[in-house]
Amino acid sequence: MTEPRSADFPHAAREVLQDSQLRRNVAHATDVIRNKRDRVVAECSSWQDLRDAGSAIRQHVLRHLDQYLLQFESACTQAGGQVHWAADAADANRILLDLLVRHNAREIVKIKSMTTEEIGLNRSLAAHGIAAVETDLAELIIQLGRDQPSHIVVPALHKNRRQIRDLFQREMHLDSLGDTAEDLTAAARQYLRQKFFSASVAVSGANFLIAETGSVVIVESEGNGRMCLTLPRVLVSIAGIEKVIPRYRDLDVFLQTLPRSATGERMNPYNSIWTGVHSGDGPQEFHVILLDNGRSRILRDPEAQQTLKCIRCGACQNVCPVYRQTGGHAYRSVYAGPIGAILTPQLHRLQEGASLPYASSLCGACYEVCPVKIDIPEVLIHLRGQVVRKQQATLTGKLGAWNLGMQLAAQIFVSGDRLALAETLGRLGQRPFVRSSGFIERLPFMFSGWTRFRDLAPLPAESFREWWAKRSTTP
Amino acid sequence: MRISLFITCYNDALFPATGQAVVRVLERLGHTIDFNSAQTCCGQMHWNTGYLREAVPIIRHFVSTFRDAETICIPSSSCVAMIRDHYPKAARESGDPDFIADVDALLPRVFEFSELLVNRLGVEDVGATFPHRVTYHASCHSLRSLRLGDIPFRLLRQVRSLTLCDLEGLDQCCGFGGTFAIKNADVSSAMLADKTRCVFNTGAEVCTAVDNSCLMHLYGALHRQRTPLRTAHLAEILASEAEGAS
Repeated sequence: MTEPRSADFPHAAREVLQDSQLRRNVAHATDVIRNKRDRVVAECSSWQDLRDAGSAIRQHVLRHLDQYLLQFESACTQAGGQVHWAADAADANRILLDLLVRHNAREIVKIKSMTTEEIGLNRSLAAHGIAAVETDLAELIIQLGRDQPSHIVVPALHKNRRQIRDLFQREMHLDSLGDTAEDLTAAARQYLRQKFFSASVAVSGANFLIAETGSVVIVESEGNGRMCLTLPRVLVSIAGIEKVIPRYRDLDVFLQTLPRSATGERMNPYNSIWTGVHSGDGPQEFHVILLDNGRSRILRDPEAQQTLKCIRCGACQNVCPVYRQTGGHAYRSVYAGPIGAILTPQLHRLQEGASLPYASSLCGACYEVCPVKIDIPEVLIHLRGQVVRKQQATLTGKLGAWNLGMQLAAQIFVSGDRLALAETLGRLGQRPFVRSSGFIERLPFMFSGWTRFRDLAPLPAESFREWWAKRSTTP
Repeated sequence: MRISLFITCYNDALFPATGQAVVRVLERLGHTIDFNSAQTCCGQMHWNTGYLREAVPIIRHFVSTFRDAETICIPSSSCVAMIRDHYPKAARESGDPDFIADVDALLPRVFEFSELLVNRLGVEDVGATFPHRVTYHASCHSLRSLRLGDIPFRLLRQVRSLTLCDLEGLDQCCGFGGTFAIKNADVSSAMLADKTRCVFNTGAEVCTAVDNSCLMHLYGALHRQRTPLRTAHLAEILASEAEGAS
């Protein structure tokens, strides 16, 4: 569509598939998380009930989103927080920049956040001479390597320990460094400790916003989040508007399903919930930036709205057989894997990511693991429908091979006689392509996608319907 | 019982032997088979590729062709999944109450072949003999939409002289995915390579499944690699009787 070829998934994937180290890293990492997830989910006898409850709560929120957001704003403000509304990425970045300029901040510390990736926060701040230091280990790896996150929860999963050791040694100017997990985390801790103490402002995302209390919730594994949330004097949390849940007690469901789905843990090592400001304890100034950036538009599409139920656990990425082969970078999108394949094209009104709804074999593994029961295959098909309609609105799309082929097939498939005729013609038409082996090994046009990797048995001399017709006339 | 066969478009053209095997098994069990030659396709290719509007007349054609059928047997789980998972939505969106009612009435009468044998007809031993090492590939739709579970295995375990070989990564997609295999040929074939390696490692002579679409995909690679492994739809194994038959 409007995308350049290099940005569309099939071409990006073809490139990535050449990188055997990356493919081994991704397959290994996703297998490990997936097996851990399966173990802790299996020990949870009420898992399907938890999925139902999680889905129902998220669906309810989407139906009353305006009401819960206003409730959150009021409760948060009452507790001493300040709430800002950002219509899009530029808006959110401007609000944050104003705050930082007011506090004269040159360097800030950050908690891992996909939402800040979505709005390109680090780039925006850098353009104004402000450094954003990633404090999550994996995000630090990405930042030091000038890389892109490839997974929602485990953004550096495409790197192995030796690659990370080399990176740290180079970027942190270390004479020597081992490649055990302990060596690497110790190096990161050393590097980050001073940043925590010197930064006056921290920026976080949010796993949940609680409407009832105006609280913000972050779950994490490393404790870097807890440091960011408690040490700096000013805290800014940036959250998509869909992140709100009604009541404090709704966490009961999500604090069971999120860690199990995301990292295969029964609970996260650090669960931080904060409400407003408290004199002498933690940040003395607290802001929440509520980001729309296309979400209210997605909300208006009843077919695709369920996309916004997502709690960003990444379980769909870990089970996706497509993601397993390519990792996240081939999606050319902040959000990769099955959830990225439905979220990105919607956030960008199909101007970007139009090839992503097709980056799936519709195997259904994502839907099966989703802790809030997003029927990702159904949304993928819905979005494919939008892509097709958009293509059909252009002359080149209308006259393209795919559209003409599908229109012709649609005319054939409404009559048994037409299908029988098409089969006869197919048997004649295939003759030049059948090799001496008796197989088709090379086909032209789009069908070459098949024969580049696979042989094809030709249509046999007699179709089933012909066999049946003969059989029923011979006594 | 009177059983109406929906052979499916690709089985009709590419795998007539599967249809013949279904007929043989069901007739051997004493049932009468109907074949309405007006039948064509379930509409899955159009629907799943995003040609939703174009799929609707095909869906309507299916519904009217099988309106009077008592029991419908389909030797393809992905076509059954198309009907069960998507026909209600297609009908609902049309706003046509007759279409909606027809689909509602149709769904309980639709069965995938192995599901029909075990769940509807209560048969596991169909009197087959197949003296070969066989591995079973679980197609995604059979696994996650139809939830066939151990149904195909129960049928295979009753086949005389058959040695069943376990397939590693049973829940992994083979990478076919309809037009995905063409639109994303590189990723599809990378998935296929993982699958064929697992199939090859079983030491089986034959790989079977309830979907010829996956098997066509698998065999495409197995043949390209010049392996002696064959593929055969489950119905063809269940239809085979004589010692030494294939």
